[in-house]
Amino acid sequence: MALVDIRNVTKSYGSTQVLKGVSLDIKEGEIVTIIGKSGSGKSTLLRCINALERIDGGEITVEGQTVRTDMPNLRDFRQRVGIVFQAFNLFPHMTVERNITLAPVLNKRIAKAEGRALALDVLERVGLADKIDAYPAQLSGGQQQRVAIARCLAMRPHLMLFDEVTSALDPELVGEVLKVMEDMARQGMTMVLVTHEMGFARNAASKIVFMHQGRVWEEGPPADLFANPRTPELQSFIASVR
Amino acid sequence: MQTLNFQQLWRYQDQLIDGTLHTLLLTLVAAVIGTAIGVAAAAAVRSGPRPVRWAIRGYVELIRNTPSLIQLFVVFFVLPGFGLRMGAFEAAAIALGLYFGAYCTEIVRAGLDAIPGSQVEAGQCLGLTRWQVFRHVVLPPALRSVYPAFTSQFVLLLLGTSLASQISAEELFHTGGFIETRTYRSFEVYAVICGIYFALVMTFKLLFAAVGRLAFRWPVRR
Repeated sequence: MALVDIRNVTKSYGSTQVLKGVSLDIKEGEIVTIIGKSGSGKSTLLRCINALERIDGGEITVEGQTVRTDMPNLRDFRQRVGIVFQAFNLFPHMTVERNITLAPVLNKRIAKAEGRALALDVLERVGLADKIDAYPAQLSGGQQQRVAIARCLAMRPHLMLFDEVTSALDPELVGEVLKVMEDMARQGMTMVLVTHEMGFARNAASKIVFMHQGRVWEEGPPADLFANPRTPELQSFIASVR
Repeated sequence: MQTLNFQQLWRYQDQLIDGTLHTLLLTLVAAVIGTAIGVAAAAAVRSGPRPVRWAIRGYVELIRNTPSLIQLFVVFFVLPGFGLRMGAFEAAAIALGLYFGAYCTEIVRAGLDAIPGSQVEAGQCLGLTRWQVFRHVVLPPALRSVYPAFTSQFVLLLLGTSLASQISAEELFHTGGFIETRTYRSFEVYAVICGIYFALVMTFKLLFAAVGRLAFRWPVRR
């Protein structure tokens, strides 16, 4: 059974239909990269998977559970499905440790020492254990994004969503974030990424999904998709990002 | 020309100390009432039901656009007609608390509005409740951004407590009036009273600066 099952999902903002019947399966351990032009509905689809947006039609299930913005166990669900944003969204008034341990301390009632150990553990995974006492403003963009990933990992999610996580970074900082994501992929984390990093999509993804005009236009393994795009839309997209 | 004579005032030092303490107490009680109103009302204006939002808007506009002295008279002279009988000090604390609360609502609301929605979203995505997001994610940076405005309003409140003398509440200005009627030394009395207000305000300003440094330690990227 697929970890995420998206069936015929539609979504509009006012009179603009952003998703026009999207269907997609994501299996456990898969790295799915969603590519496409701006406005193709990539980020909206990602936000719908995490119940940040209400869908108008169709159905999304994660681990067999139907995702709805008014689902009764939404908070538990959100802890199982982590999302990392383009703008990091770290809490500026909290140290790195507090950013990471806020939710576990409040919701899982873990002790302070246990929280610090948890923060150190996830920070080591993103190579930032020495920044545990720093504030976000004292970190570079790349470091902030790695802390945001660590904050998500501390929730022990079953699925992680990445919404253009390298788009706000200076080019020289992109590599460090991608490396962390590659490590996570190797460790078997199920990941769905919206990205413009074609190199990452080509090398790390198990499946590429090309979205166009609110639909899944083409999908398949990266080698196939990049070598033999079937539609002129994907051909022109690949040409434009080369 | 009449010479200045502060000597006579010396024997009223106990009354002056007492008046100063009452002014301090009145300020602090009104500030606590007003801050509680301000935080709760600002939160409700953002996410409460429509009738509550309208009620809060009405309260803020009414208080900010009418004289504080009349508000004080309403609480002290009109409310007893509805069975709410209270002493002058209590009436002053409530009237000034309501006055401070209206300004605080606008100040805190501005602070909350300055926090990007993406911060709220990040909190929700970590599985936090609405209250946890408000308390831990939104409120601290919001308070930091409005702290200077809040402290200025507090100073205005402290100085505004002198209005309570009009309903004979025991506070510093009322004490000044009392000493004046005994000594006929108007200039000296109000010079001393003025000096005490000035010293209180300067002390609070220093205190607020220290508290601000302690409470809002996180660095901000500019």
